[in-house]
This record gives sequence, C-alpha cells and structure tokens, in this order.
Amino acid sequence: MYRYDDLDQAFVDERVAEFRDQTRRFLAGQLSEDEFKAVRLRNGLYIQRHAPMLRIAIPYGLLSSRQLRKLGEVARRYDRSFGHFTTRTNLQLNWPNLADVPDILEQLATVQMHAIQTSGNCIRNVTADHMAGVAKDEVDDPRPYCEIIRQWSTHHPEFTYLPRKFKFAVTGSPEDRAASEVHDIGLHLKRDEQGNLGFQVLVGGGLGRQPIIGQVIREFLPVPDLLSYCEAILRVYNRYGRRDNIHKARIKVLVKSLGIDRFREQVDTEWQASRATAPRLEAAEVDRVRSHFVPPAYEELQNFDAAAGREPEFQAWYRYNTREHKVSGYRAVFVSLKAHGEAPGDMTSDQMEAVADLADRVSFGMIRVTHSQNLLLADVRQIDLYAAWQELKQLHLATPNIGTLTDMIVCPGLDFCSLANAGTINVAKQIQARFDDLDYLYDLGDIEIKMSGCMNACGHHHVGHIGILGVDKHGEEWYQITLGGSVNGFSALGEVIGPSVPQKDVAATIERIVEVYRTQREDGERFVEMVHRVGIKPFKERAYASHSEAA
Amino acid sequence: MRRILKRHEVVADEWRHLGEDATDADALIVPLADLRKEPAVWQARSGRLGLRIAPAESVESLADLLPHVALVAVEFPNVGDGRGFSYGRLLRDRLQFKGELRAVGQGVKQDKIFLLARCGFESFELPPEENADEALKALRRYDVVYQPAEPIEGIRRQRFFA
Ligand code: SF4
Repeated sequence: MYRYDDLDQAFVDERVAEFRDQTRRFLAGQLSEDEFKAVRLRNGLYIQRHAPMLRIAIPYGLLSSRQLRKLGEVARRYDRSFGHFTTRTNLQLNWPNLADVPDILEQLATVQMHAIQTSGNCIRNVTADHMAGVAKDEVDDPRPYCEIIRQWSTHHPEFTYLPRKFKFAVTGSPEDRAASEVHDIGLHLKRDEQGNLGFQVLVGGGLGRQPIIGQVIREFLPVPDLLSYCEAILRVYNRYGRRDNIHKARIKVLVKSLGIDRFREQVDTEWQASRATAPRLEAAEVDRVRSHFVPPAYEELQNFDAAAGREPEFQAWYRYNTREHKVSGYRAVFVSLKAHGEAPGDMTSDQMEAVADLADRVSFGMIRVTHSQNLLLADVRQIDLYAAWQELKQLHLATPNIGTLTDMIVCPGLDFCSLANAGTINVAKQIQARFDDLDYLYDLGDIEIKMSGCMNACGHHHVGHIGILGVDKHGEEWYQITLGGSVNGFSALGEVIGPSVPQKDVAATIERIVEVYRTQREDGERFVEMVHRVGIKPFKERAYASHSEAA
Repeated sequence: MRRILKRHEVVADEWRHLGEDATDADALIVPLADLRKEPAVWQARSGRLGLRIAPAESVESLADLLPHVALVAVEFPNVGDGRGFSYGRLLRDRLQFKGELRAVGQGVKQDKIFLLARCGFESFELPPEENADEALKALRRYDVVYQPAEPIEGIRRQRFFA
C-alpha cells in the first residue's frame, strides 16, 4: 500500500495545525458559523442531529492493520466505541466532541490518515474496486491511479470551492464493482490497440434528486494526460456549473443541459488551451506510486476445496462470503458487517482491533472497505479459511449473507443524519428479522437492497435491485419502493412501483415482491433480470394486494 | 485609509474603487461594465486604471482591455463562490496578465488566502472583520504542495509539474 513520503506527511501535519487554529478561532468567537462551516466540512466534520459527525477518509478503501487498529482506538477514546463504514468506503464517527476533533486528526496523521475533503464542495475521497489487484479479469490495478488522483486533488488551488461535491471512481476490470457510472467522473482502465494503458472517461453520473448514468466523454485517454484532462473538465465545471441552486449544481446538470457533445467540445477546447500549464503525469511518478502496490509475497500453493467435508455452516460461509483470487491457493474473504440485528456498516472498536489482528495473521496485514459497507481480507490462504471463519464467527462478522438480500446498503438515516426523513436502520432491522431464514435467502439468490433516508440518496436506492427511499408524509415515515436498478456494468435506474408504504409494512411488502420472483422466475434467472424481462406490473399487483389478506 | 495584504506585507492601499473619494491622479478600480461603457473617458484619466470583474463575467472578454490596466480585481462575493480561482489562473496562464491581481469581496478570508495566492493573486482586500496579521500568517501555512500553479514564497516541495 502507499506509504507517505515527506511531502505527504508534512501536508497532513500542516493541515492538522491549520484546523486546530481554525477550531480555536471558532470556539473563541473569531470565526463565524458560515466560515467555520466551509473549513470544517473540508476536514470531514459535519454538525449532525445529535452531535458533530467526523467522516474519516479511507482512500480507495485500503487500510493497513495499524490503521484499522488506530480507528478502533480513536472510536473508543473519542466516541462510543463504534464507527460506521459508508458506501464511499469512509468511516464515520457519530459522537465526537467538536473540541476533540483536532486531536483526533492528529492521532490519525500518525498512521498516515486524515479526514480531508470527505465533505464540502470539493473533490472527495476517490473510490476503487474492492477486488483491485486480486481480480482475475483486471487490466491493471486501479489503486495507483486513485492515489495519484488523491494527491493531485488534495488542497487543489483552483478546485477547492466548486459548485458542489465531486466524486471520482476508478476501475481496472470490465466488471464495474465501484459503481463508477454514478460518479461525477468514472475512469475505466483499458489498453489501446498498441497495448498502451489509458482510461475510458465517463462524466456526469450521479444519484441524489436527479439520478443520471454517466456518459462517455472520451473513449481513450492516455495515462500521461490523466491530470491535465481532468483539470479541463473541472475548470469548465467550476466556471459554468450552476451556483444559484444547490439542487442543480452537480456536474451532471451541466452535462445534461449542454448535452454530452457540446460539453465534450468545451472540455476539449479548454484542454488544448491549458495542457501546457496543467500537471503532467510523468512515467517516473506513475512508477513510484505503482511500486507501493506490488503484490504481497504469495506462496506457491495449489487450489483445494476448503469446504469439502466441513459443516454446512462453513460451506455456506465459504460460498457466500469468499471470492475467487487470481493467485492459486488463495481466496478473498468478506468480513460481513451485515449481521442481523445490527446497523449495516457498523463496527465496534473491539471488532476493528480483532480484525486488524486477524489480517496480520492471515492477509498480509491489509484490509479493504467495500462499496457495499463490508470489509474484505483480500489475500487469505485457502488452508487458513476455516480458522479465519471460526474467528470471524466469534466476532459476529461471519453472517454468510454477502450478495444476498440482507447484505443491504443503508445510509444512517434518522438516527444520525439531520437531513433524514426516515429511520432506515429500523427498517433494515425489520427486513433482517423477516428474512432471517438463510435457506430462503439463498434460494432468492443475488438481490441488492439499497436504502436511503432522503432524496440525497447516500444509500444509492435508485440503483438497488430493490430501492427503498424514506419520504416524509405529514410528519410520518413512509417508504417509496423502486425495482430494477443496477450498477454493474449495465447500469439502470429503478422504477417506482407505486404509492409509498408506511414503515411497519416495508418488510412485508418486500417479501410479497420477492415472492412474485420466487414463484415466477425462469430457470437461473436473477431477480433483477426478471424485473427487466417482465417489467414492474406483476410485482406491483402483488405488492399492494394484500393489506386485507394480512389482516 | 484601507490596509490590504500585498506580497507578504500589510500595506496602505494605493487604489480607490469607483464611488470612493478619488482625485484624477489617484489609481482607480472601475467595474468592467462601467469601463466598457466609456473606455476612452476612463483611459483619459491621469491616474492608473484598474478593472473589477464579477463572477458571472467572462475573463476571456478582457483580452483587449488588459494592456490598458495595471490591476484586475476579481470578486469573491461569498464564502462558497470559487469561480474566481479559475479566473486567477486564466488571467495569469492564458491571458498573460502581468499586472496586479487582486482578490476582493466578502469571500476573501484568511482561510482562503493560501489557495488564492497559488492561483496568481498577489493582493487581498480583506473584509473589515478579518485580521490582516493572521491572514499574513495563513499565507505561509503550507510549505508543501501537490500541484503546479503560481509558485509562492516558502514552498519547499511540490509533487506534480506542468
Ligand atoms: S440519504 Fe439522506 S438521510 Fe441518508 S445519510 Fe444521506 S442525507 Fe442523510
């Protein structure tokens, strides 16, 4: 993984000192709410429903065991001994004291971490495929480019006061596991006919009130042009993105209003004019960063069937919570943060420390955070799987439900977020309780539920196979359900099935919907495929059919 | 007399804005719209001429005026509007403006000074509630940067180059 050099370390240290001074000025009444807001957001600090919330950056989801241990320690010392992992692979602390935040940031800086640009109208934490470096189908490892983008976008002189937030995702495989099509800029590593590396560049994707799938602005951008081209996009956006209406300020609105072709022309014109003064990505710098991402020292091992002859519980875990690895004898192991009865994505300090220890023993001391709010130990020897499972089970981190309906993506909702309409965590628990039968879950197969507590769509509900959105109806929590959303390479936005349902009926409605699938699917057909084949009508008919039946 | 921050110093401002007390010999900053209306009148003054642009105005359109002005003031109307950062870079890099580039408006806060300087601004008209000495310190807050941009005093390391 990337190790800071003197420049990186000096920067985060100087940033902590700056924020300490800003916090002091705010507490002394020398900095207005408004001004402090602008600087605290750019350091990851929100003022939430109950307390401040600190969003700590985990660049492209990669953590060393030392860093995860530090997160556990910080959560225990400054918070209530747990944290929440988000879809942008960051960690949120929900109860820190404002006056402690500079100390927390100073602690984080000792392990090369920070909370810079995890919120505010600037370039946010860049995300990548959680299978980066271990996926069989990979063109190249996206993480070095993510790290380069992290550095280039940090404290950017020109693009730190954008019209709105700006998110990058980079993938290196044909299968898009990073939801790159719903990012402001999505970069797909590819090779041209001569074998040179470059990127297909997508622009203008995003969720929120106006969900839009990103469009291709450039089929092939050579690696050395990455930063200069991104600067051209950002400059056009910084100048012409709307600033009069916060709901129309994302780049997707600009791209849509101009049309992709005119937007592309503007970017190209800007790029031609500014290339000479924009940062060039030298091969030596790419090599320097890449050298931090060399594969770990894998042993020469044979594949074997680790599940053979083991108890069914382990077999289920093996099937659902581990994934194929490009190196024989290894598998990637999910640490499920979707235990039934727990808030999805939450992890206690004890669990963080224990997983850090486990990673030291079985996965080269590295941990990844996934877009779906789980952790991943990417490089586990197959012969270690059984012991790893036993440990994870002890820790309540082995619920064998990855990729099933209860592996839900859920935003924090009313419990923490001041914008929320709805208590998403309660609804998630309701669904977990109703779908507690694992065999039933396995029979349903791959169904992604994504839930947001308001239009801001932090839970990506538009692209869930089943999307659930909390809405406010005369002060009560209701839920709108969409079907057919997807982000894996053939992105689609879900369609609303009809009127929203009251909180107490959400789980039952979901059950009726999946029953339609279970009884009418064709052989081997996934839920989302059936929705695309038959449309929402049969689901809609059942979903609302049975208030009387149920009574 | 207004005190401004200019090239790492707090100094008395030599410039007046249109509407402030000024003699014909005083250096005067005129909004772009006024300058466009009667360019000859303004250029006929004996004092130096500066122009002021608002975020919604196009910097490219200044090309013909730049040879006649000694100062361009770019407006930062509030904390969040960052269009002026791009204007700074465009004026320096593309339009090759070598005169004084000044940041003005309610949005010119000490916490932005470092980035503004990196975008080519060399003087800062701070709102009255801002402390100029603290702002001066903020100019030296960082001694490392990642991006190529305006080189400013005190930077010892940079990552990417043009
Ligand atoms: S979707 Fe809404 S409720 Fe959920 S975290 Fe985002 S802003 Fe808060």
